[in-house]
Amino acid sequence: MAETHSLQDLRQPAVSSKVFVQRDYGSGTISKFQTKFPSELESRLDKQQFDETIQTLNNLYAEAEKLGGKSYLEGCLACLTAYTIFLCMETHYEKVLKKISRYIKDQNEKIYAPRGLLLTDPIERGLRVVEITIYEDRSIGSGR
Amino acid sequence: MKNCEYQQIDPRALSVSPMSAQNRAEMKAQRSRRKWEVFPGKNRFFCDGRIIVARQSGVLPLTLGLIVVTCGLFFAFDCPFLVEHLTVFIPVIGGVLFLFAVISLLRTSFTDPGILPRATPEEAADIEKQIDTSGSSTYRPPPRTKEILINQQVVKLKYCFTCKMFRPPRTSHCSLCDNCVERFDHHCPWVGNCVGKRNYRFFYSFIISLSFLTSFIFGCVVTHITLRSQEGKSLIQAIQESPLVICFFSIWSILGLSGFHTYLVASNLTTNEDIKGSWSSKRCTEESGNPYSYNNIITNCCVTLCGPMPPSLIDRRGFVPLVEASPAASATEIELPPFLAKNDSNMCTRSTKDVLARMVHAFDSRGLCPPGTPKTTPVGVEVSSSPSAGCPLFSRSSRKRDSLHSSNPAFRLASPSPSLSRNTMILGEGPDVGFIPIP
Repeated sequence: MAETHSLQDLRQPAVSSKVFVQRDYGSGTISKFQTKFPSELESRLDKQQFDETIQTLNNLYAEAEKLGGKSYLEGCLACLTAYTIFLCMETHYEKVLKKISRYIKDQNEKIYAPRGLLLTDPIERGLRVVEITIYEDRSIGSGR
Repeated sequence: MKNCEYQQIDPRALSVSPMSAQNRAEMKAQRSRRKWEVFPGKNRFFCDGRIIVARQSGVLPLTLGLIVVTCGLFFAFDCPFLVEHLTVFIPVIGGVLFLFAVISLLRTSFTDPGILPRATPEEAADIEKQIDTSGSSTYRPPPRTKEILINQQVVKLKYCFTCKMFRPPRTSHCSLCDNCVERFDHHCPWVGNCVGKRNYRFFYSFIISLSFLTSFIFGCVVTHITLRSQEGKSLIQAIQESPLVICFFSIWSILGLSGFHTYLVASNLTTNEDIKGSWSSKRCTEESGNPYSYNNIITNCCVTLCGPMPPSLIDRRGFVPLVEASPAASATEIELPPFLAKNDSNMCTRSTKDVLARMVHAFDSRGLCPPGTPKTTPVGVEVSSSPSAGCPLFSRSSRKRDSLHSSNPAFRLASPSPSLSRNTMILGEGPDVGFIPIP
């Protein structure tokens, strides 16, 4: 009996289900996620909050992949140094990715974790999906 | 009474506590593994995951050898003569071009071309659920295409049976490397790797610098021979001492390939799309049916060659995340359900029934599931015998692969085991109280 108690303590809140927000390819191959609100989250989250999160992520990815003077300069410089510069320097994309992971961590702490949800950074899923893990709501009881 | 209790607890204790100990031991053993060690594709890794190459290195050693030998001969035989007669900058320019070509070649070979990691089991199940909305448990192959609109143009996304996801646009599955590669151009045997989104610019700079290098060497050698023959020495002797022959044969194919790829870059196409004629004028009414093109040569070039460098999605050097329950443990827990079915009322009825339904399903499917994906033989497509196509072995997209997979009835997609194991863990905890019969 003591063993089962300690196992219960060690065990994390159970995963009820996972929701996947797919990519939106309407504008081409740029990284952009669909803003369609998944029905499984209706009971847990406001549509507006979800929209805001996804839109901010889309904007951040657009910033990472933006074609402009800065990215061209970086590309040309890299070409001239036979791309060896990538071995020492962090690319603009990588810097924005770090910003994205900080944003996701922040969102998880402030909005998602209190509602029993967890956002997974899309980079861990190959930028294919935004995975939202829904945890079982223990406060209501086991009779859900 | 005590005897009965002990007997009832025993199977549970055996399955639960040793499992936790076993789990911990397995977790400790798994702790030090990096993701490249469990990578499902056919790639090989060196330097603890820093360098990635295809399984077959192809003719990369030959390519390197040819370049080194040609340049070596050039520096050894032509340079002394030309430095004496012309200028000292000749070996300098030659050296710079040689270094540039070799570094670009190595970067092309050792860089992740834009491999897409395979879908996790939950993702695959979610996709299948979306397709199979009727909810029938009988096997039905999921539809292979999904149509989307990109810039007002209909594009078909194909389902990849190996990677268990709908391929993003411009992505193709390389059968040689057994990976889906983003913006797949072709699998180049000379380079020993796929050419895709992340290493196309390296590949392009390699072939351009190689074109310049071979043209330069060719020019210098011709100058050398001309000057020597003017001095009265034997022409044949002069030819024998020069790397002329290698240069002569390779220059046409390399120049042709460079020209072809310059055209591709300018129109924002991949070799794959060009061969298949995806956006050719025959199919589309407008002049350029390519939805990815910016309709401006300079913009297309800048985007392809100088655009932002996307990161590697496979995270080779990351550590494998520890799973909650090992597959071995879930196998022992499958024995429990017949007992647990009686005590549904104590826990989430919906989830239990789902789990039980899946378990029954799992019993059926486990017997059918083959352990691995059938590996197709490399599908090489000979484009044309024209000398301009320097890379004759292109890896086709997985049309043939799809037909192979769909004809195999045992090829299941749904893999409920991870969620299964998690749910069984819950059930394993719950019915402590009501379960033990006290006679």
